[in-house]
Amino acid sequence: MREGRYGDFGGQYVPETLMGALIELEEAYGELQEDDAFRERLSWYLREYAGRETPLTYCEHISRDLGCRVYLKREDLLHGGAHKLNNTLGQALMAKFMGKRRLIAETGAGQHGVATAIAGAVLGLPVDVYMGEVDTRRQQLNVFRMELMGARVIPVRTGSRTLKDAVNEAMRDWVANARETHYLLGSAVGPHPFPRIVRDFQSVIGEETKRQILEREGRLPDTVVACVGGGSNAIGIFAPFLRDGVSLVGVEAGGEGIDTRRTGASLCAGSKGVFQGALSYLLQDEDGQVMETHSVAAGLDYPAVGPEHALLRESGAVRYVSVTDREALDAFRYLSRREGIIPALESAHAVAHALCAADDLDADGIMVINLSGRGDKDVADVARMQGALA
Amino acid sequence: MSRIAEAFSARECPAFIGFMVAGDPDPDAAVRIALTLIDAGVDILELGIPFSDPGADGPTIERAHERALRAGTTPDRVFGMVRAIRSHSNVPIVLFTYYNPVYRRGVERFFAEAADAGADGVLVVDLPIEEAEPLARPAARTGIDRIFLIAPTTSEERRKRILDAASGFVYLISLEGVTGAREYLPAGIAASIRSLQRLSSLPVAVGFGISKPEHVRALCTAGADAVVVGSAITQVIEEHMGDKEAIVREVHAYVSGLCAARRRDQDAGGCDGEEGRVPG
Repeated sequence: MREGRYGDFGGQYVPETLMGALIELEEAYGELQEDDAFRERLSWYLREYAGRETPLTYCEHISRDLGCRVYLKREDLLHGGAHKLNNTLGQALMAKFMGKRRLIAETGAGQHGVATAIAGAVLGLPVDVYMGEVDTRRQQLNVFRMELMGARVIPVRTGSRTLKDAVNEAMRDWVANARETHYLLGSAVGPHPFPRIVRDFQSVIGEETKRQILEREGRLPDTVVACVGGGSNAIGIFAPFLRDGVSLVGVEAGGEGIDTRRTGASLCAGSKGVFQGALSYLLQDEDGQVMETHSVAAGLDYPAVGPEHALLRESGAVRYVSVTDREALDAFRYLSRREGIIPALESAHAVAHALCAADDLDADGIMVINLSGRGDKDVADVARMQGALA
Repeated sequence: MSRIAEAFSARECPAFIGFMVAGDPDPDAAVRIALTLIDAGVDILELGIPFSDPGADGPTIERAHERALRAGTTPDRVFGMVRAIRSHSNVPIVLFTYYNPVYRRGVERFFAEAADAGADGVLVVDLPIEEAEPLARPAARTGIDRIFLIAPTTSEERRKRILDAASGFVYLISLEGVTGAREYLPAGIAASIRSLQRLSSLPVAVGFGISKPEHVRALCTAGADAVVVGSAITQVIEEHMGDKEAIVREVHAYVSGLCAARRRDQDAGGCDGEEGRVPG
């Protein structure tokens, strides 16, 4: 297999103007993986600053409801409130070691933007965050959080004015400024080496989960469930379990249903395509134009998915399903009420699937749900939706 | 000899390559504008196939992609436009496209249809040499030239690989960034052009950021085999949106002016001799 390929998927489908920066990044990443000073600094930041390791919480009430043993991997308790910081600390530190003087990032829900703002502030690197104008309106609180931490938020007014357009703008900035600037891509998408870098930095989730569950249960889980937008939290928790015979389930955003045009489920409803640097699965029309997507969870509102997920789907190593907005909202309320944990709407997709997947497990069955983020950012939105429904 | 090779043969002055998004502002008007470009002196016509996410382009050309898509432009209609232009003119036509519309259609089918419509070259902007292998055979089979980009950041080793695979001409990006008109051309462009000309016999076209007669004059002097103007033409189209007669008139005037800048220099004896200053 060629470097940067996942089966047929992945690759470096970028303009020539970006190749120099990608090659530099690939070489730097290869060197830093072997660099003890880098690894020690990163593990210090993850432990002392970000709050790793995160708990693996046994959930008594859900376990009783579902008739199996349910654990939540608590990435919601990571500093910043989501798994995103694992990757932003890793990449920001890389940028620092590479001598870059500025970070840029795209953000959808705002979680990756916030995590980049955090990493930039603590590592002393200025941060510009591109964010679709639609998203800046639905995630005003996160815009304010980023600005509080010294980041500049640049609203993107092209295309559908959401995450994919923010990625386009960030790429344009990078093309023009790659010598000084590191593009801190937030999910396991884009051209090689980004999918691998993001997977590696997020794998800490799965490594901890594996160690924790072995300590607690003396065996591996039967099922691991995670939500998939670009797919960084999912690949992070799946990667260490890929050869273990554990049933892995990725849950996509069905939106209003995968048979409608208002969906974000690229693996369940899309087809092969080349988008933002990689060959993967893509929501597109018959001419290859990228479709506008929909999900109640802004972080899953993206027309493509990381190329490694495309391969894992084809090889059958991971099963991909989708849940609708409504099911995710029900799960959002359910987890809040039963366990006192308000999940991010993204993570609520994984919870929603878990609620029906438990039928396959008996009382000794073990299920781990990756709770990739907390739901504080979504509370105002959900309150508005309930008001609209009432 | 291919139409592209012919456009470069026995030239005193650099060729003028004019770019527009096919279907901007709508498919019918776009054919008229394309013919206007040719009438104004364009030696090679570059047609952008509209794409929903033109990430390599700046805001001017991105808006043109959006207009063309809103007007219902599809790859089928672009091939129709090529056919319509071809029925009036022998000017070489290069299709400038993102990869997904080509991939979705099937590379073989795309090249067959492009050749059948009368296109002469294909430039896939997000397909660097590392990913370009799937195009090699369909291009060879249909006789379509594969145009590649070379950036200021492209290493010597990769330049050689690109020049080996390229045909027709090679497109030197004058600056680090996306497409879009700029005030100044970067210094050092003459040296970049000469080094590419030493590495291969392919004509070197220089583009990105070119919008003024003095840019064109400077590139003449710098030894470019062709200059490419895209965003600036698109801007003229955009400024006169809603008045198609004005678009045609203004595009003609603007492109004639740029072409004349090239000729005026020749009259002055400066096309490939006289020392000129590259602004900036």
